[in-house]
Amino acid sequence: MTLPRETQAGVAAIAVPLRHRTLADREDWLGRLMLAPALIYVVALVGVPFALALALAFSGARSGSLDFSWVGLSNFLAIIPDPQFQRALWNTLRFTIVSQFLVMVLAVTAAHVLSAAFAGRRAVRFLLLLPWAAPVALAAIGWTWIFDSTFSVINWTFLALGLTKRWFYWFGEPTLATIAIITVHVWRMFPFATVITLAGMSSIPQEISEAAVVDGAGFWRRFFQVNLPLLLPIITVAVLFGVVFTSTDLGVVYLLTRGGPYNSTHVLASLAFQRGIFGGDLGQGAAVAVFLLPVLVVVAIVMLRMARRAEVGA
Amino acid sequence: MTARRARRITRTIKRVALYAAALFFTLFAVFPFYWMFLTSFKQNRDLYVGGTVTSHIPWIFNAPPTMEHVNLLFQQTLYLTWVKNTLVIGAVVVVITLILAVPAGYALARLTGRWGERLGIGVFLTYLIPPTLLFIPFSRVITVLGLQNSQWALVLVYPTFTVPFCTWLLMGFFRSIPRDIEDQALIDGYSRISVIRKIVLPLGISGILTATIFAFTLVLQDFVYALTFISAVPRMTVSLGVPVALVRGDVFYWGSLMAACLITSIPIAVVYNLFIDRFIQGLTAGAVKG
Repeated sequence: MTLPRETQAGVAAIAVPLRHRTLADREDWLGRLMLAPALIYVVALVGVPFALALALAFSGARSGSLDFSWVGLSNFLAIIPDPQFQRALWNTLRFTIVSQFLVMVLAVTAAHVLSAAFAGRRAVRFLLLLPWAAPVALAAIGWTWIFDSTFSVINWTFLALGLTKRWFYWFGEPTLATIAIITVHVWRMFPFATVITLAGMSSIPQEISEAAVVDGAGFWRRFFQVNLPLLLPIITVAVLFGVVFTSTDLGVVYLLTRGGPYNSTHVLASLAFQRGIFGGDLGQGAAVAVFLLPVLVVVAIVMLRMARRAEVGA
Repeated sequence: MTARRARRITRTIKRVALYAAALFFTLFAVFPFYWMFLTSFKQNRDLYVGGTVTSHIPWIFNAPPTMEHVNLLFQQTLYLTWVKNTLVIGAVVVVITLILAVPAGYALARLTGRWGERLGIGVFLTYLIPPTLLFIPFSRVITVLGLQNSQWALVLVYPTFTVPFCTWLLMGFFRSIPRDIEDQALIDGYSRISVIRKIVLPLGISGILTATIFAFTLVLQDFVYALTFISAVPRMTVSLGVPVALVRGDVFYWGSLMAACLITSIPIAVVYNLFIDRFIQGLTAGAVKG
């Protein structure tokens, strides 16, 4: 029940003189006023540091002093040929891609399982969400203990089941360390992706699936040609979040391997930390971190496009 | 007859597969927590048996459980100090966040019209700018302000992710309050301010509670900023102190360490679980509509 505009204005004109006409009665100004503090905070403490991050990448800044000397591209010229940096860039890419692929497969499967009716479904959902809710640093330490070089319960289980005869030094070999890191990322992200996918599934009209059954489509055909395409937008949201969290993560790599063995598992974030904070070379650290930007820009663009589509659809 | 039996068998197989899959996912998710639990309460002679000894099963208690590690954690480590630090920092950050995000969320939902929607998306995107991109410039800002090793550094920095996140969350909540109620009150002569005070805030209280919980869990999740700014052990937060400072030298106090992880994680996980659906609703609204 919305009144015509003139009537509304008329009512306001009668109502307002009863009290003082203040700034608070001008809605657009009130809106700006209420928005301003948060906006100022975000601009001052996200926008400015973000610009500073870019500026530092072109500077010779060190953590001990406050000088700020422009050095042009020399930080980038120093890191780009650096094999350790190339390794970190490559690791960031492959850890993210492999773990997000696994997360997607697991999440879609788990969501299908959870959408079926069975006893204890709520309990299963609750337990599934534990990895996502627990503080990542504490979970990472838990995994460090699971992959321990002497007491690893995984190794014990492999040996006891007779799956292997050799002892795995999880953090002693680059390949094993990579597997360990990806395992932790997958473990942490798949519950979240599952819950998002599940929410998406419940919004797909039942009739579509039923119509496909009537038309004689089998399970796999229904899954790949009906359900999966319909689920795609929602899975994209889950994956975008996963990409951001995984590619920029510092805690898991730092606590599991510290970039070792032989600096083989550094990612951009951990290398930036090592160069910028431990090494004190803020400029070079910032230059390393800047390489995270392309991923974030792509994610932002995809999200904006999806938001616009939602706007049009609404 | 055989057709029906065949169908029944397929159904049973499907059922079994379903439960097996559910079990697999649950075990994968829970196993680290179960391992933390075992480690926290096992006696050392039961705990530190090399993994090559296949006759000693590590998955169960082989000796009676003990409270030794938990007692050590509470009495001889700084765990409780870290918990207190985290609670204090968390409380201050939540207050700052609500002061900034509640008005902003409402303004974006009701007062700013079309460009408010765009701005809302923009605000959410800033939440995606990760700490790992900002910790280097922040380390310089914190040095300039003389806040190294101070909890105020964290109080200043944590709202950079809680404010965008909670503004966006609250915007969704305030939008879901029926507009008619507010319009009616405006027609009845209430000012916008009293509408907010008497209608929007009471109706939005569950949203504000959700924002509080999420702001707090986000604070608890942080590792990067705490690691960058705080090196004095007694000033650390739980997420930093437990993994970094409970480890003494090369000897890991695994029992106490896992007890700390478990005791910290479980309450958060439970509370988080209660509120996750509201978060998912907001998150998926856009994608589902499109």
